[in-house]
Amino acid sequence: MYIAVKGGEAAIEASRQLLAEARRGDPAVRELEVMQIREQLGLLVDRVMAEASLYDPELAALALKQARGDAVEAIFLLRAYRTTLPRVAATEPIDTAKMRVRRRVSAIFKDLPGGQLLGPTYDYTQRLLDFSLLSSDRAEPTRENSAPTESSAKTQRVSMPNALDTLADEGLIEPSLPSEGDPPPPDITRDPPVYPLPRSARLQMLARADEGWVLGMGYATQRGYAYTHPFGGDIRFGAVALELVPDELGFAIEIGEIDVTECQMINQFGGSATVAPQFTRGYGLVYGHGERKAMAMSLVDRALRADEFDEEVTAPVQQQEFVLPQGDNIEASGFVQHLKLPHYVTFESELQLIRQLREKHFSEEVGK
Amino acid sequence: MIDGYNFAYLDERTKRMIRRAILKAVAIPGHQVPFGSREMPLAYGWGTGGIQVTAAVLGQHDVLKVIDQGSDDTTNAVNIRQFFARTTGIATTERTREATLIQTRHRIPEAPLKEGQVLVYQVPQPEALYKLEPRRSETLKLHACEEYGLVNVKLYEDLAHWGRVETTYDYPVLVNGRYVMSPSPIPSFDNPKMHRMPALQLFGAGREKRIYAVPPYTDVMSLDFEDHPFKVEPQGHACALCGCTTSFLDEVLQAEGERLWTCSDTDWCREQREVA
Repeated sequence: MYIAVKGGEAAIEASRQLLAEARRGDPAVRELEVMQIREQLGLLVDRVMAEASLYDPELAALALKQARGDAVEAIFLLRAYRTTLPRVAATEPIDTAKMRVRRRVSAIFKDLPGGQLLGPTYDYTQRLLDFSLLSSDRAEPTRENSAPTESSAKTQRVSMPNALDTLADEGLIEPSLPSEGDPPPPDITRDPPVYPLPRSARLQMLARADEGWVLGMGYATQRGYAYTHPFGGDIRFGAVALELVPDELGFAIEIGEIDVTECQMINQFGGSATVAPQFTRGYGLVYGHGERKAMAMSLVDRALRADEFDEEVTAPVQQQEFVLPQGDNIEASGFVQHLKLPHYVTFESELQLIRQLREKHFSEEVGK
Repeated sequence: MIDGYNFAYLDERTKRMIRRAILKAVAIPGHQVPFGSREMPLAYGWGTGGIQVTAAVLGQHDVLKVIDQGSDDTTNAVNIRQFFARTTGIATTERTREATLIQTRHRIPEAPLKEGQVLVYQVPQPEALYKLEPRRSETLKLHACEEYGLVNVKLYEDLAHWGRVETTYDYPVLVNGRYVMSPSPIPSFDNPKMHRMPALQLFGAGREKRIYAVPPYTDVMSLDFEDHPFKVEPQGHACALCGCTTSFLDEVLQAEGERLWTCSDTDWCREQREVA
């Protein structure tokens, strides 16, 4: 008599070995180094850091290697590691107006203080496959013969005021002010969410939400589901300083830099009997270079402010409890895939019920 | 025990936070207490809530049993038991009566639990009302006001449509005469075992960040109507291995469409065979 319930332990061990082999691939091909991933798959590393909410390019690259390039699995690895880290201190808020900018575009003015800076972007690459990349012994572009690269154009950190500042000075756009009383933001990784969440918590959840989810939600607003009249006010990418005020010093010291992408979206607002017409804002900020995510995030942030502006809630993207918990790809991935765990006990209960209902159905039919 | 990690993986401050939530949950039976659920090295939906509760209450002298679908040898149960063996070095067992702490998914053991034992349930969805009202900001108010009309109407509609309640697992219960609670997706067959159980029952939902509890000897009643009392439908088979007719049975498909019925609780089945 064969019953397939024994042997779980051996099967798990065998599965782990098969996975290790699958990860390595053909042993005749040289093994991938973590530094190669970090340096040459930078945008993927950035996405993993953003959605894991841990800024560590080397560990993100390691997670990607271990996860065979599966972004969500790598994010999961990094988040599980992040949980074990102690909280040493909280930094001062970063100042993106003092960003060492490598790219900055504004769609609302032809030119503006600080200028338009294209930087490294795929926007104008024409998306033709570059077959020369197939071979690895091609000539590398050198600093001398190529156009100014990011590092040769290593910019000094100068103030690059946000494109929205002049509008704010005129009162044409809502000012960017701390909440009433400037309360410390909740920590979404430590405090269980209680809805409705303040904007500070919503932005945290969006910053590490699944890029595809946020993109789809933001796109929905553009297709008429809670349309918000967006304009790309200021989109920038570069390094910002992290500052810390140690207790024993009492003043801020710089402890390093991180790369971030920020998007400030400008949206329309009709005003009311008591408030003069004014543009409103949507905000997006992610670790590393992630324009698609930052821009989509700013659209979703604006849509989620419906209650602030007394807007009618007509679409899912305006509902916090729809947008935010479902956007967490680690939670979603785990729960969707838990359906492959055994459910035969609950299924047996359902089987029993449906058999009884069918029996009743047919006996009643016969009786008619 | 594995190096580089604290006893039972979680750091002591996190365990204290979870224990505070458990204490509150025990004090208000059936009420869902939010807690700062951590990201565990196991996927959400695979027992992260149960694991955190277990990690928070495990001591060095505990004896741990982990079951999934009633069995100690299902892959996820094996994985969780290995996880705690590696991170605590404590003794594990497959015997219900020898365990001080049992973590379970989808079943309550057949052997009656005793005082001093702890049963930890893995909970996918702690909100008993979520299929009727998905907004947790709203269900919070419904529980606060003891407003359970929605679920009563649902049961009534089932009776009107099918002649019986169409819920066969995760069948909602009323705890201590006050809170409607999800018993987790155990078959309704197991619901009566929760009533006045001498063991402490703890429920952990990691993804949904909630903990709740049923203290020993607490009333747990499956929702019903006076004229349609809750009842467990017999499966009408005996276990092919031990002959038991009172346990919950798995239906195992054999070649040529034949079926075999065996105890879902594998330790119970072993006991019955040894007694016989």
